[in-house]
Amino acid sequence: MVALQNLSRRYGDHVALENLNLTVGAGEFFSLLGPSGCGKTTTLRLIAGFDRPDRGRVLLQGRDLTGAPPHQRPVNLVFQNYALFPHLSVWDNVAFGPRSLRLPEAEIRRRVGEVLEVVRLADLARRRPHQLSGGQQQRVALARALVNAPAALLLDEPLAALDPDLRRTMRAELQRIQRQVGITFVLVTHDREEALSLSDRLAVLHEGRLEQVGTPRQLYDSPRSAVVATFLGAANLFREGAGSGVRLLRPERLRLRSSAPAEGEQGMRARVRELVFQGATVEVRLRTDRNQALVAIDTAADVPNNLRVGSELWCCWNPADSHLLEEPA
Amino acid sequence: MLASPKAEGHRRARRWWPWALLAPGLVWLIGLYLLPLLALVPLSLSEPVSRFGLDTVFRWRLANYGEVLGAYGPVLLRSFGFALVSTGLGLLLAYPLAYGIRFRGGRWQPLLIGLVVLPSLTSYLVRAIGWTSLLGDNGPVLGLITALGLTDLGNGLGLLRDGRLLNTPTAVVLGLTSNQLPFLVLPLVVAMQRIDRRLLEAAADLHAGGLRRFRLVVWPLSRPGLASALLLSLIPAAGDVVNPLFLGGPNERMVGNTIENLLLVQLQAPRAAALALVLMALISLAVVLQLRTGGLDDLALP
Repeated sequence: MVALQNLSRRYGDHVALENLNLTVGAGEFFSLLGPSGCGKTTTLRLIAGFDRPDRGRVLLQGRDLTGAPPHQRPVNLVFQNYALFPHLSVWDNVAFGPRSLRLPEAEIRRRVGEVLEVVRLADLARRRPHQLSGGQQQRVALARALVNAPAALLLDEPLAALDPDLRRTMRAELQRIQRQVGITFVLVTHDREEALSLSDRLAVLHEGRLEQVGTPRQLYDSPRSAVVATFLGAANLFREGAGSGVRLLRPERLRLRSSAPAEGEQGMRARVRELVFQGATVEVRLRTDRNQALVAIDTAADVPNNLRVGSELWCCWNPADSHLLEEPA
Repeated sequence: MLASPKAEGHRRARRWWPWALLAPGLVWLIGLYLLPLLALVPLSLSEPVSRFGLDTVFRWRLANYGEVLGAYGPVLLRSFGFALVSTGLGLLLAYPLAYGIRFRGGRWQPLLIGLVVLPSLTSYLVRAIGWTSLLGDNGPVLGLITALGLTDLGNGLGLLRDGRLLNTPTAVVLGLTSNQLPFLVLPLVVAMQRIDRRLLEAAADLHAGGLRRFRLVVWPLSRPGLASALLLSLIPAAGDVVNPLFLGGPNERMVGNTIENLLLVQLQAPRAAALALVLMALISLAVVLQLRTGGLDDLALP
C-alpha cells in the first residue's frame, strides 16, 4: 500500500531520517511514534510530497511517487493546526478537494454531504472555521481530507491541539471513522497512549532511525531496545548478571508483598520511597537493597493498606513476565 | 456602587489622554492641510481683478466650476484613465513580485523589499528624466522594438506614435507604473504575510495546482492588501504632474499639469482652485466608497 524504501533526508548537518524502510498495509491504522525531532513528521511530509528525500523512494499502491508534486498524489493530510481556509465555509472547505479534482457537481454534493454526516457536522456546513470549536475544526479537517477518498490518509499530531477530555473523545471518533471508511490511516504522534490505543501496528522512530515495528502488544511486551521499552511505558530494566543483556519488567508485573518470593518466583527486598495515588491505580517508587530504582503499578485495591513511605517489603515477579531485550545495553 | 473620587479622577485622565496624544498631529493636519484646503473654497468662487496678476475678489462665482468641468472634463477623464491603466499594469507586475517575496523570498525577504523601495528614494523628477533617455528616439527600448521589427505593430496598436515612444500615452503610463509599483507591492506583501504558508500546502494537498492555489487562496486572502494598494496607487497617479510633463506631449497633459498651467501661466487662480477642489472631491469619493465596502480594518497599510 504505502511503501517507503531506503528513505533518507538531511537538513544541512542534521540527519532527519536515515535509511527508513516501512510498509503500511491497505486499510491499516498505522502510527509513527517518537519524541519530537525523531523524523516522524519528516516522514509524513515525504509521503505527502511537501519535501523530497535525498535518497530512497515513496511508493503508493506500487506506483513510485517520489518525484510527484503534492497535488498529484492520491494521499491527503490532516494538518496539526488544521490549516482550514478561513475565508471559506465548512462546506466549501470540504468541497475544495473534489472541486480541484473536477468531479461532477452532483458527485461533489453527494460526497461532501456524506462525509459531513460521517464526522457529524452536517448542521454546521454554512459556518466559517472561526465560528467552530477546536473539536469541530478538527472534524472539518478530517472531512476535508476524507472526502477525496485518498489511498492513504495522513494525520500529523491531529489531537495535540485539543484539551485532554476532548482528545479522548476525538480518539474514539477517529477510530470509529477509520473503521467506517476503511481507508489506510498513517498517524504521526508523540503520545504513546494515542498510538497504543488506536493503531493496528506502529513504528517507533528515534533520531531518524526506525527502532521497531509491530502491533501495540508486541512493542509493549517485547520491545527490542531500551528506547522502545521506555518510550512505550514505564519500565524496570535489569542488567543481567551473566551476559550483557538487559531484562525488562513492566511495573504492573511487580507484586508487592511482605512475604518472601514463592516457588518459581523471583524477588528483591526494597524500601518504598514514594507513593502516588492515581485513582484506579497506585504508583509505588522503590529502591532495592542493591540501590536499584524500581517502579510498581498496582490497582489501588491490591496495594496493602499499611504501605507507607519507608516501608520495607518484597518485590516479586514471575520470570515468565519479564522480557530480555535483544539489544545489549 | 459609588465611584471614589480617585477612580473618577482616573477616568477623567483616561478620557483626555488619547486627545493629548493626538494633539500634535491634529494641529499639524488642521494648520497645514485643512485650513489651506478650506481657503481654496472662497478662492474658487472668486474672480481675478485683472488679467495680469494673481489678485482676486470674492464674488460667489459658482460658474467657475461649470466652466472648469466643461473645459477640462476630458483632462480629468484622461487623468483617471491613465491612473487606472498604470495601476492595472502595476498590479500585473506587483502580484507575482509580492508573492515571490513573501513565499519564496526566505531570508532574502528584507533585501528584496528594500530593492522594491529603493527607486522611491531617488527624486521622482530624476526618475522621469531617466525614463526620457530610456524611451527617447535613440534609447534602448525603441532600439529593441525596431530591431524586433515591431514598430508597425506598435503604431497600429496605438502604443507608438509615428514610431516614437516619447510624448505618447504609453510613455506616461509606463512612467506612472514604475512610480506606483512600490505602493502596490508593499501592501500586497503585508497582506500576504498574514497568509499562513500551511494554507498553500493544504491547497496543494487537496489537489489544487499552482494557478488554482493562487486563485482560491492567495487572491481572496490578499484582497485587503489589494484595496489599500489600489488607493495608494490611484490617488497619486491621478494627480501626477511630472510624468506627463516629461514623458507626454500636449495631448497627454493630466489634471495636475492643467492646474499648474491655470495658476502659473494663465493666472487664473480661482479656476485652478475650482479644478483642484473637483479633483479632491472625486478622490475623496473613491476613498469613501473604498472604506464603506472594505472598512478600515481591512486596509493592510505597510
